[in-house]
Amino acid sequence: MSTGTRIAALAAGSLLALSLSACGGATKSSTDKAASTAPAAGQSGATDPNAATKKGLTVGFLPKQVNNAYFTISDAGGDTALSALGESYKEVGTTSATDTAGQVSYVNTLMQQHVSAIAVSAQDPGALCTALKQAMSAGIKVVTYDSDTDPGCRQVFVSQASSEDLGRSEVDLLGKELNYTGQIAILSAAQTATNQNAWIGYMQDELKKPQFANMKLVKIAYGNDDAQMSFQQTQGLLQQYPDLKGIISPTTVGIKAAAQYLDGSQYKGKVLLTGLGTPNDMRSYVQDGTVKAFELWDPGKLGQLAAYTAVALASGQISGAQGQSFTAGSLGSFTVGAQGVVTLGAPTVFDSTNISQFNF
Amino acid sequence: MADTTDTTAVLGGHRVHRPTLIGGLRWDTVVGALLVILLAISFSTVGGFGNALNISFLIGNTLPVAAIALPMTMLVAAGEIDLSVGSTVGLSGAVMGALWNHGMNINAIIVVCAVLGVVCGLVNALLVTKLGLPSLAVTIGTMALYRGVAQIVLGSNSVTDFPQNYLDFGSGRLAGSFLPTAVLPWLVLAVAAAVVLHATGFGRSVFAVGASAEAAWFAGVRVRRVKLSLFVATGLVSSLTGVFWVLHYASATYSNATGLELSVVAAVLLGGVDFDGGRGTLGGAIAGVFLLGTLQNVMSLADVSAQSQTIVTGVLLTVSVLGPRVARQMSPSIR
Repeated sequence: MSTGTRIAALAAGSLLALSLSACGGATKSSTDKAASTAPAAGQSGATDPNAATKKGLTVGFLPKQVNNAYFTISDAGGDTALSALGESYKEVGTTSATDTAGQVSYVNTLMQQHVSAIAVSAQDPGALCTALKQAMSAGIKVVTYDSDTDPGCRQVFVSQASSEDLGRSEVDLLGKELNYTGQIAILSAAQTATNQNAWIGYMQDELKKPQFANMKLVKIAYGNDDAQMSFQQTQGLLQQYPDLKGIISPTTVGIKAAAQYLDGSQYKGKVLLTGLGTPNDMRSYVQDGTVKAFELWDPGKLGQLAAYTAVALASGQISGAQGQSFTAGSLGSFTVGAQGVVTLGAPTVFDSTNISQFNF
Repeated sequence: MADTTDTTAVLGGHRVHRPTLIGGLRWDTVVGALLVILLAISFSTVGGFGNALNISFLIGNTLPVAAIALPMTMLVAAGEIDLSVGSTVGLSGAVMGALWNHGMNINAIIVVCAVLGVVCGLVNALLVTKLGLPSLAVTIGTMALYRGVAQIVLGSNSVTDFPQNYLDFGSGRLAGSFLPTAVLPWLVLAVAAAVVLHATGFGRSVFAVGASAEAAWFAGVRVRRVKLSLFVATGLVSSLTGVFWVLHYASATYSNATGLELSVVAAVLLGGVDFDGGRGTLGGAIAGVFLLGTLQNVMSLADVSAQSQTIVTGVLLTVSVLGPRVARQMSPSIR
């Protein structure tokens, strides 16, 4: 007994000593932030906007989650674009949207398989960095799409729409529907979701404007992009705030679950819902009046643009520096903005007048 | 270490099988052999597997499970289980991130995280030993509890700006070899755990408690104290793993290591540690950990889809619950 305890204590002690002796102490303030905020420079250095598109490239798509309807559509768009260019497409990914260790593993997998470029939607802004930097130093081009990493860990971020546009427009949509009065709540995805948090930041900022003085954000709930949990969170919101007038859910999984709950409850038509959803998911709820309007970009086009961007990088037409332009097939021409961001365009608002024109 | 005889002691009318590190046809040997075979096949046929970078990646990614599997093996051998380990890893990381944001010294933070792990383990231990509650139920509760506290501590923040030399320890390699730097402390811990479980009186009492707590108590083993020290050790190792996790992935979030407990328990069971307690070897558990880790790495490289991987892992685990029993029936030394 005593021997065992002693050995265990010794082991724990030496473990601590080892980890502490790794280097001298440091605090946040004494650490110089070596983390570069500038986009990583391309290894090739020189770029030629008129360079020929290379053939035989493989782009590996790594979505936040496989088997997720949204990413199925976006990655199919990537496949379409790569087929049109005569390049190869592959998709790998985790079955859970919060398995960051698994997502890091897949970056390693794609690296070992020597793909030309990786297009990844990051589950976490920091966790992928070490692996992505290794991939970039091995000459693999890295594009993030839908959800970004820290800017130093990729060459280009393909953004669905500017965060500011999305955040503010969702609040404006709901404001119009509610005559700018009443309690509202937000049903988000995971607490760490980079893009959702950025949009929510702009929503909160928009709500500070004088016309929203009577609209109060009472709670931000998190459904982790899980249908059941989002459903329960909606239920909880309405129990907690019986006077709730509106919900914004900036996630396709969340808005569908919330609509499903409202549709089967006494709150149908009394509590308004808006946010980001797909027309196919939301069609019946718009037709029966549970939801008046919602918005989204075309995820298929987002995947296409990610693929074209990856090919332009791998062909040396762009490196991710601000001001460079490239052509993305039928989508037209795009220019790289600050911090290596390429933006798809303004979101589309879907309502009863136009929803029948869309099928995704 | 090279003890090849099975010793069977009669204790309070119960047969206590004391396993050794190497035996006849035993399940842990089978798992070890499977690992060697898998490695041999992977090195020769799977593209991208055998290079130093991939191997270091495989080991680094498996280390959290490998570390927690050490105390978990002892805990399961003593007839208990701890499902709160993944949440303890997350809580430790969340506290680390929050304190770093508050400007605390990194070494002091690591000490705080270690103490926190001891506290987490102690809470589990006291609920189990003082109140006599089943550890499965207790640790399902504390699993949710610790994860909830982690959410409160760090909210939706993700802290990434830890000192570079510490991050290098978390994700670096020994002089460009295939071994991650962090493998060194793990080796120290693994050897210590093997000695404690298989070569000390404490280790023998762990198996005795797992075989029959009552009989062990009549034979003079301080059952509660054994269980308490095992829960505390598990908490401590989990919280230190939390520190490693943050440095390895350069990311402290409340959701770190979600679901890790199942990977640990799965690997321990696959390694032939009996869920009913009283049987198991550390070598088997470690082989189980690296068998699962290697299998995942290889399946990804071979383009097996994530969904199929889940099925393969599930089948393997189902077999592993059956395997040790079959192996025991075929082995003549145990009746």
